[in-house]
Amino acid sequence: MIRYLARRAAHGLLMLFGVSILLFLLFQAAPGDFLSDARVNSQISAETLAQLRVQYGLDQPLPVRYWQWLKSSAKGEFGYSFAYNTPASTLLWPRARNTLLLSVPALLISWLIAVPLGVFAAGWKGRWADRLFSSGTSALLALPDVLIALLALLIALKTGIFPVGGMTSINAQDQGTWAWLRDLGWHMVLPVGAIVIGSLAIILRHVRASIIELMDSSYMRAAEGHGLPRFKLLFGYALPAAANPLISLFGLSVALLLSVSLLIEVVMSWPGIGPLLLEAIMARDLFVVIGAVMLSTVFLVAGNLLGDVLLYAFDPRIRRQA
Amino acid sequence: MNAPTPAFSGLRSTKFGSKLTWAIWFLLVVHAVVVLAGFVAPYSFETQEREHPYAPPTRLHFVDCSGKFHFRPFVYVTKASENDLNEYQQDCSQPAGIEFFAQGDRYTILGMFTSTRHLFGVQSPASLFLMGTDGFGRDQFSRLLYGGQVSLFAGFVAAAFSALAGLLLGGIAGMYGGRVDDMAMRFAEIFITIPWFYLLIAVRAFLPLQISPLTAFLLVVSVIGIVGWSRPARLVRGVILSARERNFVLAARGFGASNAYLLKKHLMPLTFRVLLTQMAVLIPQFILAEVILSFLGLGIGEPFPSWGNMLAQAQQYHVLVSYWWMLLPGLAPVPVFLAYHSLAETLQERIKSYI
Repeated sequence: MIRYLARRAAHGLLMLFGVSILLFLLFQAAPGDFLSDARVNSQISAETLAQLRVQYGLDQPLPVRYWQWLKSSAKGEFGYSFAYNTPASTLLWPRARNTLLLSVPALLISWLIAVPLGVFAAGWKGRWADRLFSSGTSALLALPDVLIALLALLIALKTGIFPVGGMTSINAQDQGTWAWLRDLGWHMVLPVGAIVIGSLAIILRHVRASIIELMDSSYMRAAEGHGLPRFKLLFGYALPAAANPLISLFGLSVALLLSVSLLIEVVMSWPGIGPLLLEAIMARDLFVVIGAVMLSTVFLVAGNLLGDVLLYAFDPRIRRQA
Repeated sequence: MNAPTPAFSGLRSTKFGSKLTWAIWFLLVVHAVVVLAGFVAPYSFETQEREHPYAPPTRLHFVDCSGKFHFRPFVYVTKASENDLNEYQQDCSQPAGIEFFAQGDRYTILGMFTSTRHLFGVQSPASLFLMGTDGFGRDQFSRLLYGGQVSLFAGFVAAAFSALAGLLLGGIAGMYGGRVDDMAMRFAEIFITIPWFYLLIAVRAFLPLQISPLTAFLLVVSVIGIVGWSRPARLVRGVILSARERNFVLAARGFGASNAYLLKKHLMPLTFRVLLTQMAVLIPQFILAEVILSFLGLGIGEPFPSWGNMLAQAQQYHVLVSYWWMLLPGLAPVPVFLAYHSLAETLQERIKSYI
């Protein structure tokens, strides 16, 4: 168990290194930096600029900068935000928490909906329910996420039941923890719903496909031949057997969800990583950009690792290999 | 279980066929209309009618105010009402029939043909806004067509770009194997690991923000292509790895064919089918990528329309609430995506039935 997980974790860590190196290479290739705008400003002298450049370490060659970034990441700072004059981590952590606040419930809800629905559709393949379901997912797949986000916003604006954007009401903090939590939950409904709608179709399709693949296998036919009821066949036999592809998909669905969440956060002004990333890009605050992308990758790697743990727990075949 | 039996395979292939033709025809028509945007659209993408900001879609009439029926559809001249600028009133005394091959703004198609004839239009002072206007009084329908040029072709070119990159890198990885293969696939894995939007935006982040529209288009296309090359590369590698050991390849090798020759003459043609299918999967994704980049202000900028930057205007609350037609650019990709998805699905099933 430990060895298997250690191997998976090492792989994840290696991936993170690879991603960070890639990002730094891109960083190097980028024309201009945070200070290029200041160069046009006549108020700032060339000496000051040169000094700032030294202070921010922008005069160093790439490997040195990368090493320094690694050191600061080891301290948990993830480099330095030029625009806010703080370690990038002080910006990133609260945003990361907010993004998780959206994506974790969305992830759970999507899977809670997708698994039973997908299994049912696979079990009644080709019938009207399945056809309805297939056209539903096709329609959902074709709907751009941006539009889903805008429609959610429109619902908030038109009905007035849900708050329009943001994470909490202005005075929510003063009314005690309970009221604050309720307010937060109320703000979460629409963004979480939009993320679920944006990512559900793909998950559903994969669940259906992996169950259908199983249904053709000989042992499922044998079980069917023994006269087991359809329900038990699907949920008692097919679903556990499909654990392996489904759990691998779980890891991948984290990536999907994070991507959808970025857009929803931006449109619905949820203070997550997405809006921070955009702001940082506009301000050329590149360490924050790197930090935000790295964080999203960390979430993804963590999701995959969680998938591995689940797989280990559910699939005895893995245990024998390890 | 009603498993498909081989007896139905003939039937199924004709069903594939009809679905395929439907999707291909639809896509061809859409792309043709978009290329001919100058002719089909009644206005140019930058014509501003300042007296008609946020005008709702113009109503086509067959029956005039006095109840008389006309065969030629016509519109009435509209004017913003004096006490509420958001309300437009029809002027019954000024009808204007829809004219075909009407004179209008000058346009150029494919940089070659210049003309002022449009498929349809109305004489000013009347105006024809099939999908309403935006805040500058620009015709949404015309801009949607011009925007399609950007969005649809950005997706297409980017997909071709990443398929080509995938073919090269995947081909080399599959052919040479060993360490080269390891390196290439690890590299590809890095690209797959990062959540897609984040990578897309990050790659865009390292490139200049203020650029000309043409550069922006090329930039967006290459960013999307760079981010998306890894999946086709993996697929190509898989095909080549398995094909490398097939008899005709071994025979060619026995005759002294070099790796490069084998790759070019025998192996890469085998990947054609997989790549084509992959293109059908990638194009809608990449169209969406362009729409999102432009929506976030990182893609093609004003005054040039793209479905993304047109939709960005709907982010303002008052626009979103009051002018529903501003959401139409978000719906425009839906039929295109449906067609591409159905194309990809049928192609995928075909590949499965070949193997």
